[in-house]
Amino acid sequence: MTTTTIDPAQARLFDSIAHEWWNAHGSSAPLHKVNPVRLAFVREQALAHFRRDSRDRAWLAGLDVLDIGCGGGILAEPLARLGGRVTAIDAAAEAIAVAKAHAAESSLEIDYRQSSVEALAEEGRRFDLITCMEVVEHVADVPVFLRGIASLLKPAGLLVFSTPNRTALSYGTLIVGAEWVLRFIPRGTHDWNKFLTPEELTTALESAGLKVTETRGIGFRPSRGFELSDDRRINYIGAAVHA
Amino acid sequence: MRHTHDTIIIGGGLVGMTTALALAASGIRSAVIDSADLDATLAAGFDGRASAIASATWRMLAALGLDAELEAKGCPIREIRVTDGLSPLHLHFDGTGDASGEPLGYMFENRHLRMALVAAGAASPHIEVYAPDAAATIERAEAGVTVRLASGGTLTAPLLIAADGRRSKIREDAGIRIAAWSYHQTAIVGMIEHEVPHGNVAFELFYPAGPFAVLPMLPGTRSAIVWTVSERDAAATLALPERAFVAEIDKRMGGFLGNIRLAAKPSSFPLGFHHAERYTDRRLILVGDSAHGMHPIAGQGLNLGLRDSAALADVLAEAVRLGLDLGDPQVLARYQRWRGFDSMSVMGATDVLNKLFAIPGRPAATIRRLGLAGVHRLPPLKRFFMAEARGASGDLPSLLRGDLP
Repeated sequence: MTTTTIDPAQARLFDSIAHEWWNAHGSSAPLHKVNPVRLAFVREQALAHFRRDSRDRAWLAGLDVLDIGCGGGILAEPLARLGGRVTAIDAAAEAIAVAKAHAAESSLEIDYRQSSVEALAEEGRRFDLITCMEVVEHVADVPVFLRGIASLLKPAGLLVFSTPNRTALSYGTLIVGAEWVLRFIPRGTHDWNKFLTPEELTTALESAGLKVTETRGIGFRPSRGFELSDDRRINYIGAAVHA
Repeated sequence: MRHTHDTIIIGGGLVGMTTALALAASGIRSAVIDSADLDATLAAGFDGRASAIASATWRMLAALGLDAELEAKGCPIREIRVTDGLSPLHLHFDGTGDASGEPLGYMFENRHLRMALVAAGAASPHIEVYAPDAAATIERAEAGVTVRLASGGTLTAPLLIAADGRRSKIREDAGIRIAAWSYHQTAIVGMIEHEVPHGNVAFELFYPAGPFAVLPMLPGTRSAIVWTVSERDAAATLALPERAFVAEIDKRMGGFLGNIRLAAKPSSFPLGFHHAERYTDRRLILVGDSAHGMHPIAGQGLNLGLRDSAALADVLAEAVRLGLDLGDPQVLARYQRWRGFDSMSVMGATDVLNKLFAIPGRPAATIRRLGLAGVHRLPPLKRFFMAEARGASGDLPSLLRGDLP
């Protein structure tokens, strides 16, 4: 048995909401709305890092891609459409079942597994691009988790991560606003105390041998929706490579 | 389902084929289905109409590589003169004041536009044309669109694009309602040859029965006419012997182009205004006349349709580069937000313009004359009108700036 950084209580919570993943109007609506913004950041970073042509629609062609914490596959499916050979893992069995069924319907080949970073690393798998959106705030042991990611990333690989910041504003927005008032996100999804500031995460990644090359804020404006910004107070997205 | 194409476009007319080409620029693969044999639509007698292509629209056709084929066939419009009947007071849109020296637009025979588009469509590796053929059944489901062809094949794609004209069956089947009214007017279109060169001027003469437009064609002594008559006079007007018909035209033009004669048999089209309540439905997008149609008074109908193509090209290019499902509700919503506003403002202004000029009587004529002179005196308003005629107002899609999406 491998050690794991998965928090069982959190995995159960995501299991219970799995069927909601692909409902663009239900509780996953914000997830669908923020997805193009995350993909735009992944694209911007990957085009530069892998020197791909900006007019090419298959800019992940030939690359091994891993999506950690894939849920129902909302990010993994676009990554596969973009030409990546995608492996996607999640701790929640029900989410993986939903993701597999949806990908089959879309005729996308994605290797979905209920697995952990540690288990994949033990298999000796290595990836060119790893995406890890809104996961690090849910894991039980951050340093072990990040070391696992570092070992999965090829020497010239690229990691893209996003996570909520730990600020008064993020508490107000995500916990009070999104979970309790608007019920955008199921209650109990987040534990504010587990959120990492960009500085803390940068330091933690450094300890795992990874160097952060860029961070940006993901903001929300009622008039324009989600967008990349310089304001990292609520949520931020970043890129890292081997130091 | 595994998709055979990225989009299935119903209708291979001017807007449908331009849409396919605009999408192909981003590597988006389309199937174009049309009930007509497209080669037959190129014959001289199929469509005798001419279209005004605004400068912005021309930049788009050039960006799509159609300029080499079309350049020598378009007659530049350097000036537009709008007058109340034959009144000497006129509203004068002059394209030469612009630093770029770009004309306000070009006049093309629809036939020439069709030829260039059909040839480019056939040459594109990203476009497959199914014509003459028809969609026997269309199913728009959660996972994608399935079209069974009358000829037997099956096509699938994440998105269906309706470019099937003002009486769009797809729009109707989707339960999208339209706001529509008739102007109870008929446009008689034809081609005249005249003694005095037009000097690249387009004339729009407003009469209580409706506008009478004289649009410059190549060579310089040929013009297209769009003569608006009331619905009940249309049949009688068309039935006039040629000499009497020419005399009626002459009366409206006041002889400013010298002696005229008919260069082609005139035809007629009923005039109406229609606007779909929304431009999207599950995995469906409406473009061109299937979404909106208006009075041709300002020459904006085709331009507005091609602006749909240009905006859609930007929306889908971004979606495909982010790996999104092209039929994703978010993708469709972006097109709706972009086009809904633009077409409503152009159509509203055009409708008001037509109604203003259609009011009979001296007080109305006086207001029009003062209004025209007023617009002329106010540079910002005039600039807006000119930009609108050029097709450069609003939030411009890349293709209308001459860039690929």
